[in-house]
Amino acid sequence: MIKQLFDRFRQTQVGKSIFRRNYEDTPKERMLAIRGNVFMHLHPIRIRRGAVKLGFTWGMGGITFLLFLILTISGVLLMFYYHPNTRDAYMDMKDLEFTVPFGMYMRNIHRWAAHLMVITVMLHMFRVFMTGSYKPPREFSWVIGVILLVLTLLLSFTGYLLPWDQLGFWAITVGTNMSRATPLMGHEGPLGPELGMTAYNDIRFALLGGSAVGSNALIRAYIWHCIFLPIVASVLIIVHFWRVRKDGGISGPR
Amino acid sequence: MANKEKALEQNVPTTNSRRRFLLKAAWSGIAALLLASAAAFARFFYPRVLFEPPTRVKVGKPSEFLPGTVDTRFKDKHGVWIVRNEGNRIIAIKTVCTHLGCTPNWIESRNKFKCPCHGSGFLRNGVNVEGPAPRPLDRYKIALGDDEQILIDKSIVYRGVPGKDPDELYPQSILKA
Repeated sequence: MIKQLFDRFRQTQVGKSIFRRNYEDTPKERMLAIRGNVFMHLHPIRIRRGAVKLGFTWGMGGITFLLFLILTISGVLLMFYYHPNTRDAYMDMKDLEFTVPFGMYMRNIHRWAAHLMVITVMLHMFRVFMTGSYKPPREFSWVIGVILLVLTLLLSFTGYLLPWDQLGFWAITVGTNMSRATPLMGHEGPLGPELGMTAYNDIRFALLGGSAVGSNALIRAYIWHCIFLPIVASVLIIVHFWRVRKDGGISGPR
Repeated sequence: MANKEKALEQNVPTTNSRRRFLLKAAWSGIAALLLASAAAFARFFYPRVLFEPPTRVKVGKPSEFLPGTVDTRFKDKHGVWIVRNEGNRIIAIKTVCTHLGCTPNWIESRNKFKCPCHGSGFLRNGVNVEGPAPRPLDRYKIALGDDEQILIDKSIVYRGVPGKDPDELYPQSILKA
């Protein structure tokens, strides 16, 4: 019944404009179907049998991507109730927990998926290292992956401040205090003071938008967390996937 | 000759001609634009005006600080001890232990600053004498304002250096009342 309805839809002008081909179940048609789809064309056209063995890949790259999608969706939902200013932030977080329908659920999904993503990214990296999948021709994919690991950690770090609770406040205080010791660019780092760095013009000042964790630091963390880092991560994820395809699919046992 | 004709056909400048100059000028312009934009973006992250507690605070006239006293009134509010020696020299000591950043206490009976965290001790001039603190306490810039009140500038810190007497290292950290 549904198949008949779908087949009739395929014959209409609208249906024809969306679906370009009749998908016969032949290897060629299958390949064309993957290649002709903007989302699927990032994916390898064919997958070797060995490459989908869970014992080889652990599925960690795919799980990480799934978590990224979950984090994007739950994060956007949280943004609907969250005001990034020092007066409202903490109370909005509490509102999400106690008054917003499914707010606690969304917040916890976001929180646990974030913790889990750090773990799965590390395991993915470990698997790639242990199977030698970083070797030529995949070196560039490895480098992109390292940048994605850093972005994951930065997303974790910037998200930490947003509840504006004691835990996040002091975590960001300690974390940004480390940047005081940056060589050349920190006011307590090697050659920093000699170059005229103070608490008001060094790299920590740029991170916080001030000399201490305050309202500027909160809005900066929010923008890095919700806009800049996710966009950069998305672009690099696309390159990462595309490279897997270009380098002959997921590496597998020879 | 054949090469040159081929190059001309493909619109590639061959010698240091007008075209090559214009090409270089155009790319230089684009490069300059990108560099200037990058500098502007970087500068954008350093705000001119801050809405933070003021870094320059007034603590009163020098005559309010008696010779030979350590004034702890401004410890909680501004994070500073005002110390006057037996004579007329006044300094402003930052209330942060140089070990791990705890807040020491002034212990009048022992004539010392003692840190409650790990037992570091400092003399009234800020020099570390016991415990794990590696260097003397930091000092803030101190000056006399137009209204004859003492003005502390917390954005200027005279950093304690291990084994050096801060009085000699930073003569400018002392206000003579």
